[in-house]
Amino acid sequence: MSLDAHLALRLGELDLDVATAVADGEVLAVLGPNGAGKTTVLRALAGLQPIERGRIELDGSVLDDPASRVRVPPEARPIGVVFQDYLLFPHLSVLDNVAFGPRARGVAKQTANATAAAWIERVGLHDHTGSRPAKLSGGQAQRVALARALATEPRLLLLDEPLAALDVATRAVVRRDLRRHLGEFGGTTVLVTHDPLDALALADRVAVLEDGRVTQSGTLAEVTSRPRTRYVAELLGVNLLRGTGDGDQVRLDGGAAVTVADVVTGPAFVVVRPSSVTLQVDPPRSSARNRWQLQVVGLDLLGEHVRVRLHGELDLVADVTPAAVAELRLVEGTLVWASVKATDVTAYPS
Amino acid sequence: MVIAAASIAVLFFAVPLLGLLRRASWSTLADDLGSRESLEALRLSLVCSLSATVLSVLFGLPLAWVLARVQFPGRALVRGLALLPLVLPPVVGGVALLSAFSRRGIVGEHLYDWFGIQLTFSTAGAILAETFVALPFFVITVEAGLRSMDRRYEDAATTLGGRPFTVFRRVTFPLIAPTVVAGAVLAWARALGEFGATITFAGNIIGRTQTLPLAVYLQLESRPDVAIALSLVLLVVSLSVIVALRDRWLGGAS
Repeated sequence: MSLDAHLALRLGELDLDVATAVADGEVLAVLGPNGAGKTTVLRALAGLQPIERGRIELDGSVLDDPASRVRVPPEARPIGVVFQDYLLFPHLSVLDNVAFGPRARGVAKQTANATAAAWIERVGLHDHTGSRPAKLSGGQAQRVALARALATEPRLLLLDEPLAALDVATRAVVRRDLRRHLGEFGGTTVLVTHDPLDALALADRVAVLEDGRVTQSGTLAEVTSRPRTRYVAELLGVNLLRGTGDGDQVRLDGGAAVTVADVVTGPAFVVVRPSSVTLQVDPPRSSARNRWQLQVVGLDLLGEHVRVRLHGELDLVADVTPAAVAELRLVEGTLVWASVKATDVTAYPS
Repeated sequence: MVIAAASIAVLFFAVPLLGLLRRASWSTLADDLGSRESLEALRLSLVCSLSATVLSVLFGLPLAWVLARVQFPGRALVRGLALLPLVLPPVVGGVALLSAFSRRGIVGEHLYDWFGIQLTFSTAGAILAETFVALPFFVITVEAGLRSMDRRYEDAATTLGGRPFTVFRRVTFPLIAPTVVAGAVLAWARALGEFGATITFAGNIIGRTQTLPLAVYLQLESRPDVAIALSLVLLVVSLSVIVALRDRWLGGAS
């Protein structure tokens, strides 16, 4: 294991306690909502935020261990950071920005400039070597920030929301380039994002951070196929229900029962995709095993379908066409029958 | 009502300036400024105020940095102490300087006994008095600049391997450079106009401690034309400072 970290600290409202290990060449995405402590995790790894308990070990050397009073200062850590809004030094040219790291680490000016020029070439910005950061587009600034972080030849690369500052059109291009650079980078990478698409495109593994704790981790496929928290379920846009499994039935905490195709016993999660929920005004006569009479509490137009929020013996979200909404005369307060086939319900132990 | 009161305030500022311009004897202006005493006062004022500015930057920059960046018990007290000369009557500052640096002062005594240095009635004393009143202007300006800058640039420099002094030299200082210049200009303007502390501590010796404001005050009785000519010089300097710093202070007006 290349990075082996356990970080625990309190900072204002945040109570952070996170343990993670990332292998050489692996990219870990820390995915989570705003305020979950993602940036603080990066700052703690970089040494900008002291930890109260835990231990940070990189390639076998200890960077932080409050218990034995070991603390390598941030400037001595072999870590490169790409900050959220890049923080290119506005008074320095692109070349001087990228050469800053090598020079600060004692490399002679000419050598540092040569290293920087090579990195600028590598990210395709040799035409902008002498430019000031203010002259760069968002995508170019992101590439300079990456070159600047990599020019110190770090063993751990930290990226804080690397694409959040970009507009949608640039984001796709930069994401593709970033994936290539991360692939060429031999060290360990930890990136922080609130966008599952970034995690999908860039990371090998995902750790979901909520309220200072890792609530789920694994490959993105593992996390998305079996969401375990409301946050992940909402990211994926699915209904996540909790209950207790008994054969092909899961009795939900709210009282309702769901018939499922998989057999589970004990505490279980149930996932229902909104598109597999059928709505009718009259009691359904279909083969669907699950049917509940629920009240419409909200309607939102999402692209080409309408998301209907339902409340009753269980809370459910259904996606239907605008035509269906008109035909069923759905408004807030309408009572409808919602039905789901057992084969469309996924259940797994919690 | 409001407009009337505001107009009175404007006139209150404008009329004395107009009076100064009207009283000026333009035909003899060159002679008045070219007299030996005027030239000495001009030269001395430049030397003293520039020296005071350099000292303010040299000692004020570390102080501003410590006040803005270092948490230590008694910081509020230190800040209060550093800013006291802003509100202290300059003549009191002069008396305080006398009690510390005169030949019988707590520090001046040793300076004289050990090194033969006497600050009172010397140009060095005038510089000291001007620094005393100018330094707070520099410190307060630069400390505010340090507090308002985005400290994450320093974080970025640190993660790139910059030790604290490298970070200050290559990132912090260039980013706050405009504030440092503004603080230095303010300190210089204050030093140039210094009267009370200088005359109390350094006395009024032509060519040694008689700076422009002292010369204006003393010429007013005997040669008012010279006093007004010298006043005009100080007025032009003050206007230049306002123009130079207009983006900082008058930015909202445009």
